[in-house]
Amino acid sequence: MTTSADRKTVYRYDYRRSADQDARAIVRRPVVVVGAGPVGLAAAIDLALRGVPVVLIDDADRIGEGSRGICWAKRTLEICDRLGVGESLVAQGVTWKLGKLYHGDDLVFSFDLLPEDGHKMPAFINLQQYYLEKALVGRAGEIDDIDLRWKNRLVGLEQHNDHVQLTIDTPDGPYRLAADWLIAADGARSSTRDLLGLSFSGVTFEDKFLIADIRMAADLPTERRFWFDPPFHSGQSALMHRQPDNVWRIDLQLGPDADVAEEQKPERVTARLERMLGDRPFDLEWISVYRFNCRRLDRFIHGRVIFVGDAAHQVSPFGARGANSGIQDAENLAWKLGAVIKGEAGEALIGSYETERIQAADENITHSTRSTDFIAPHTDAERALRNAVLALAPKAEFARRMINSGRLSVATFYGSPLSTPDESPFAGSARLGAPLPDCPIRNPDGSAGYLLENLGDGFTLLTFRNGASPPSAPEGVSRLSVGIDIDDADGTLARRLDATPGAVYLLRPDHHLCGRWRKFDRAKVSAARDRALGKL
Amino acid sequence: MTKLVTASQFADPDAAYVALVEARRSLDEQAAAALDARLVLILANHIGDIDVLREAIALAKGA
Ligand SMILES: Cc1cc2nc3c(=O)[nH]c(=O)nc-3n(C[C@H](O)[C@H](O)[C@H](O)COP(=O)(O)OP(=O)(O)OC[C@H]3O[C@@H](n4cnc5c(N)ncnc54)[C@H](O)[C@@H]3O)c2cc1C
Repeated sequence: MTTSADRKTVYRYDYRRSADQDARAIVRRPVVVVGAGPVGLAAAIDLALRGVPVVLIDDADRIGEGSRGICWAKRTLEICDRLGVGESLVAQGVTWKLGKLYHGDDLVFSFDLLPEDGHKMPAFINLQQYYLEKALVGRAGEIDDIDLRWKNRLVGLEQHNDHVQLTIDTPDGPYRLAADWLIAADGARSSTRDLLGLSFSGVTFEDKFLIADIRMAADLPTERRFWFDPPFHSGQSALMHRQPDNVWRIDLQLGPDADVAEEQKPERVTARLERMLGDRPFDLEWISVYRFNCRRLDRFIHGRVIFVGDAAHQVSPFGARGANSGIQDAENLAWKLGAVIKGEAGEALIGSYETERIQAADENITHSTRSTDFIAPHTDAERALRNAVLALAPKAEFARRMINSGRLSVATFYGSPLSTPDESPFAGSARLGAPLPDCPIRNPDGSAGYLLENLGDGFTLLTFRNGASPPSAPEGVSRLSVGIDIDDADGTLARRLDATPGAVYLLRPDHHLCGRWRKFDRAKVSAARDRALGKL
Repeated sequence: MTKLVTASQFADPDAAYVALVEARRSLDEQAAAALDARLVLILANHIGDIDVLREAIALAKGA
């Protein structure tokens, strides 16, 4: 990636010398997170909220460089809500749900992302990644258990049986630190990966893409617009998407032979954009030319080092699966590592992080690869097939369904060893191994609320009434009783969960459903909790 | 009366598209056209209905 042009919105943070740098013996910490990008920040906050002290280091002292993520998916927003920043992100972001696909001048297809209402969080918001990072940095600053150290660069790593030893470089010179666990959230060019000599293999796509963020006071609708072969950018694709502050993200496919330096010259970019935008005035905020990759580590866990986010897997941006999936990595890992560190679970539980998140990474890589292949066919023969789909699309629904400009990120469901298989069938939209669908509820004081904000940070047993008083949950599980703690005002919750009177649902600390029964059986719920803690 | 089904029938349309793309990966246009011709014959026979075949041809020509 290369960038040019200047943007005003960059946040700087100060380097501060830590007492660890002056300690005579090497200080040992339970968890060090390398990388304060969205994923490292989310991991640190989640762990700290679970009572685990975290040192979070980042080699930079600023956020806001480059054009990066803009689309944040519902599941990410739900996680951010639990971490304490979800509502402010939604308030700051642009909520959207409509997408339009054009071929040439013609609209061939439009979609609406979330026909189902009754979720606290929207299907997607658009918000500059630096605003999300800034919100998470602000949140981290409120939590005593987080020690965030800017201008601390990981430069050395030694693995031991039950800890790692790090060498960290700072403006005052290097110091050493030991950690029981190291979370590598240092991004696509991960130093941790290099220090361990791990290969990061996959596909690099030939095509180059111009990514421009521009400021433009245009009265255009808030929808995702994607063009194949538009008149203003013949033979290539284009994407346009609104961000807050009158900023628009524009992606223009440039083909494999584009000259990266030449394509970033402002006069050249301006000319391309004028062809697209006509005489609407705009200012360039940031210009980058990217080639995209889809690749991942073979394993995410290497002894006491655990990889999350782009350090573990990288995808092309079509589908907005990068940071969204990374934040889900962080949430998946945080409760498990927390439980292991607090002695509530054995180390085996950490292994399930890898099992579950490799499934998710593979799903994301599959989708992003398919989208990129559709947008940028590798050969003329592939392009002919792609163009045939586009040509048939106005007349045949099957062809419209094959058009792929990015299948947008949704939460992954885990075919997981942590789930207890259903004994009887359940319909509804809740799926075993998936996050519980949100739902409007009524609080005992009569106010309206949502289901997810009523779930705690630990295991929860959600119970539905059957006339008798609600069952008492086993140890280590808190109970949320529909009809007592919350009210299913219009029956939506029972419908989404296919709940019958007396049904109970066991939720993991990350709110994924890990067991459900038509009637309560203490021993079964207890066994399911043990299983979800990796004890079986 | 139309008999040709144009509604999407694949559970995972992307997977179907990928199967077709992968079949032609690394073929030049001529080889891909030959592959397509063979595929057309195979699928036409599988359908086994001349009316459907004629409708499909008309749709393809009009697109
Ligand atoms: C054009 C574009 C558009 C995108 N759009 C989207 C989108 O809409 N939605 C989405 O979800 N994703 C999107 N992505 C992907 C998203 O930007 C990344 O997936 C995300 O930034 C990954 O977060 P991370 O925290 O894993 O890594 P990063 O954000 O890369 O953070 C890594 C951090 O580690 C630090 N670091 C690196 N090395 C060291 C070291 N040795 N010591 C200490 N610190 C170190 C870095 O300074 C950095 O702060 C997009 C990406 C691009 C390029």
